[in-house]
Amino acid sequence: MPFACIYVPNFPVAATLRAEPELKAHAVAILEGKPPLETIIAVNEKAARMGIAPGMTKSQAELGSEFVLRPRSPLQESAAHAALLDCAQSFSPCVEDAACDTALLDLVGMESLFGSFPEISRAIYHRATTLGLAASVALASNPDAAVLTARGFPGVTLIPAGKEAERLGSLPMEVLFANRIEKDRLNGDQKKTADRLLETLDRWGIRNLQALAALPEVALSERLGQEGLRLRQLARGAAARTLVPVEAPLVFEEAVELEHPIVLLEPLAFLLNRLLDQLCARLGSRALATQELCLTLELESFSPRNRQAKINKQKFLRTLRLPQPMLDPKVFLKLLQLDLNAHPPGAPIVKIHLAAAPAHPRSAQGGLFLPPSPEPEKLELTLARIASIIGENNVGAVELLDTHRPEGFRMRRFMAETSRKLEREKVPGRDEEKSAVTALRRFRPALRVHVTLENSQPVRVACPKKKDLQGDVLWKAGPWRASGDWWECEAWSRDEWDLALRNGEAISFYRLVYDRLGGNWFVEGTYD
Amino acid sequence: MSSAVVSTSAALGRPFLFDAKAVPEVSLPSQPSKGHPRARPPQPIHPTDFSADLASSDPRLAHLTPASRLDIRPAPEMVSSGVPSIDTLTGGLPRGCLTEICGSASSGRTTLLLSALAAATRREEFCVVIDASDALDPHSAVAAGVELDRLLWVRCGASQNFRNPAKPALAKKFRQKNPSAGDQPGANYPDPGQSDSRQFENCLEQVLRATDLLLESGGFGLVVLDLGDLPQPAARHIPLTTWFRFRRAIEHTSTILLALEQRPIAGSCSSLLLQLGSPNDPILPAEGFAAERGKKICRTDQPGFDFPSPTHAQLLTGLDITAELIRSRLERKPARSTAAFASKTAWAG
Repeated sequence: MPFACIYVPNFPVAATLRAEPELKAHAVAILEGKPPLETIIAVNEKAARMGIAPGMTKSQAELGSEFVLRPRSPLQESAAHAALLDCAQSFSPCVEDAACDTALLDLVGMESLFGSFPEISRAIYHRATTLGLAASVALASNPDAAVLTARGFPGVTLIPAGKEAERLGSLPMEVLFANRIEKDRLNGDQKKTADRLLETLDRWGIRNLQALAALPEVALSERLGQEGLRLRQLARGAAARTLVPVEAPLVFEEAVELEHPIVLLEPLAFLLNRLLDQLCARLGSRALATQELCLTLELESFSPRNRQAKINKQKFLRTLRLPQPMLDPKVFLKLLQLDLNAHPPGAPIVKIHLAAAPAHPRSAQGGLFLPPSPEPEKLELTLARIASIIGENNVGAVELLDTHRPEGFRMRRFMAETSRKLEREKVPGRDEEKSAVTALRRFRPALRVHVTLENSQPVRVACPKKKDLQGDVLWKAGPWRASGDWWECEAWSRDEWDLALRNGEAISFYRLVYDRLGGNWFVEGTYD
Repeated sequence: MSSAVVSTSAALGRPFLFDAKAVPEVSLPSQPSKGHPRARPPQPIHPTDFSADLASSDPRLAHLTPASRLDIRPAPEMVSSGVPSIDTLTGGLPRGCLTEICGSASSGRTTLLLSALAAATRREEFCVVIDASDALDPHSAVAAGVELDRLLWVRCGASQNFRNPAKPALAKKFRQKNPSAGDQPGANYPDPGQSDSRQFENCLEQVLRATDLLLESGGFGLVVLDLGDLPQPAARHIPLTTWFRFRRAIEHTSTILLALEQRPIAGSCSSLLLQLGSPNDPILPAEGFAAERGKKICRTDQPGFDFPSPTHAQLLTGLDITAELIRSRLERKPARSTAAFASKTAWAG
C-alpha cells in the first residue's frame, strides 16, 4: 500500500466550514453566479437531507427549511487547497496535486518515520482534521485505486494489495466521475464525452464498478474505445501510473471576506484568532515557524461628498516582525491586538488577509549551565505591552552611533539571544572585573541655566527649574571644546565644563555645557 | 517527618511552640491521647525544653528538629555587585530579593548601579533598567563595561514628543513643529517646564506597570528600578503593597531587584539597604587637582575660591564613595557597616 489519497468531499462547503467552524452544526449550501441567476453548487449532508441539492436556484432552495447560504469564496478555497497540500507534504515529499480537493501521496519508505500504514493513515486523517478539513483518507497499492476509495468511502480505508477489485466493486459508477469540480475543469467536448459514457453504461445496466469490471475487455473496447478500457482498468483497481509530484510553494496565507464590515477591534480579534490558528496549524504541519506576520485589512471607504457612495477600497497594512521564529497563535494574536490598538485602521474592515513568512523554528535546546534568559514569546509580549504604555521608541536595547555628537545612540529592538554568546569574539580582559567608572546621570531634556561669568569662567549657576542646581561654583575644570556635523544642517559646537556645586551639606558635580551656536548654557547631567 | 509536623501545625493554625505536643498526636497513631484531646490539654512548654521533653516522651523522636527551627527559607545566592569593597561589606547582591541603594546626587549610586549591571552582563545574564527619569547615559554604561546587547532599557520618563535627538530628521521635524525651540542643543527637547506632580505620577505609574510586567515575564538576572531623580514625595506614593508584590514576584527566582532612590522607601520589603554618601562627609574627587580642590573647598567653605592654576589644567578624575549598610536581613550583625571605594572617570585612564 504505498499510495495514499486525501479527499475532501464537498470541497466548497468544506472550505467555508474551515473558515467558519461554527457552521458545522448547520445545513450549509454554497451559491455561485450573479444575482438573480445564483445556483447552488455544493451542500453539506444536513442540507442534502433537507432536500437541497446542487443545481437548485437560490429561490428554489429558500422555499425549504432554514439553512445557511454562503457565496462561493475562491480565497477560502485556495487556502483550503493549500492546507490540503500542506497536510500531504507533512507526510511525504512526493505529493501529487490530483485535484483541488484531492491529494495523492507516495508513502514508500515512510513506515520507518511514521509507523505502520494504518498508523500513517490515521495520522493523516487527524492532521487533516487539525487543519480544519473533514477529509477521507484511503491507502491502496496504486494511485487511482486510492483516489476511488477515498471518494467512495468516508473516513479511513485501507485496501490490501490484490483486493482492489473486491473492495471497489460495491462503489457506484458516479465515483468515476464524482468530482464535479474536476468535471467543471474539463472543456465542453470532454464534459460531453464523460456524460455520454455514463449514460451509455447506465443504459447497459452497469450500476457499480463490479459490473463494469466484469465486462469483457475486447467487447468493451469495440463499443467504448480506449476510454472504456481505462474505466474498466480503474474499476478493477488495476490501473498503473506514476505520480506527478508537485513542489508546493511555501506560501502561508489566510483570508476572509466579510459580509458586513467590522468596526470594532474585538470582533476583529475573534476573526484574527481563527486565521492565526489555521496559519499556525499549517506552519506546524510543515515543521516551520514564522518571523514575520503581514496583516492586510481592506477598508471600506466613502466619498467625502456623498457618504452613501463607496469609493475605491483602501488597504491598511501592518507588519509584525519578530526577533525569533515563533509558532504560538495566542502570542501572535496579543501582539496584533496591541499593535492595532496603537495603530487603529480608522475605517470599517471588509476583508482580512494574513500572511506568514515561513522560517525554520529556533532550536529550543539551551545549555544546562547557562544563566536563565527570558522566554522569547513572553518577552515579546511584555515588550509590546510596555511599548503600548510608554511608547514604541522608549523600550529596547541601545546601540551607540559612530559619532561624537552628545546622545549619539539609538534605540533598537531588544533580543534575548543566548546563542550570541557563542558568536562573541573573545577579547582578552573582557570578562575581568573593572574598577568602578564614574557615571554621568543625564538630565533629559538638558536643564537650561543662567551662568555668571568672570574672566570667561563660570562662577555662579542658577537653574530656574531645579532648586538644587544653583549656587556658587566651588570647583571647575574646562572648558573642553567639541564640534561636529558642521557639513550638515545639524551642526553642533559646544564647550564642556565639569563643576562642583554645594547641594545642601554635600557637594555635587555637574557637567555644564555652553552651546556655541545657540549661545545658551545647559546642565547636561550630574556625575553620580 | 519534620515537614509533616510543619504542615500539620500550619493547617491547625497553632503556634509552632506547641508542636512538641502535636508531634506524638499526629505522626504516631499509637499514642493513647489521640482520641481524647480534652483528657489532657496541651500545656505550653518552653522552647529550650523542647528536645528534652520530646526525647523523654519517646526516644524515637529525639532526632526531630522543632518546626520553628526548620530552615524553611534557604539563604539566597549572593552574586557580585561589581565593586569588591561592597561585596566585602554585604556579601554581594542577594538573588530573589530586593536591594535598595539610596543616596543623593553625586553620591555614587549610578556608579554602583552600572558596576552591578556590568557584573551581571559579564555573567551573561540579561538585565533591565526601568528608568523613571530617563537618566541612563549609554556611554557611561559602556565605559563601565556593560554589554549593551544584554541590557533592556525602559525609558519611562522619556519625552513623548521627541525621543531621540540623535536622529536629525526627527529633530528637524520637531523643530518645525516647535519654532520657538531655537537652535540650542537643549532645544531638541520640548519645554521642560512640565515637571509638575501629575507628570511624576504618570511616570511613576508607567514605572510600576512596566516593573510588574517585566517581573512577571521573568528570565532577567538583574532588574533595576531607577527612581533616583524622582522627588521624594512622589516616590513615597508607591504603596508598600507594591513592594511586597515585587518581592513576592522575584521570590524563589534568580532575579535581583535593585531599587535606586534618594531615601529608603520599600520599608521591610528590602533585604539589603545601602546608603551611599553621607551628609557629614561630602563626596570628593578621588585624586589629582580635583581632589585637592575639593578638600580645600570643604575646609574653607568659601564661594568663588580663587584657583591658582588654570581651569583647563584640572580634571575630574573620579569620586570617593562611602557606603553604609543600613539593613541586611541576610546577616544580622555585619562585621562592618561602612565601606569606601573610589570611582574613576572614563577619561582618567
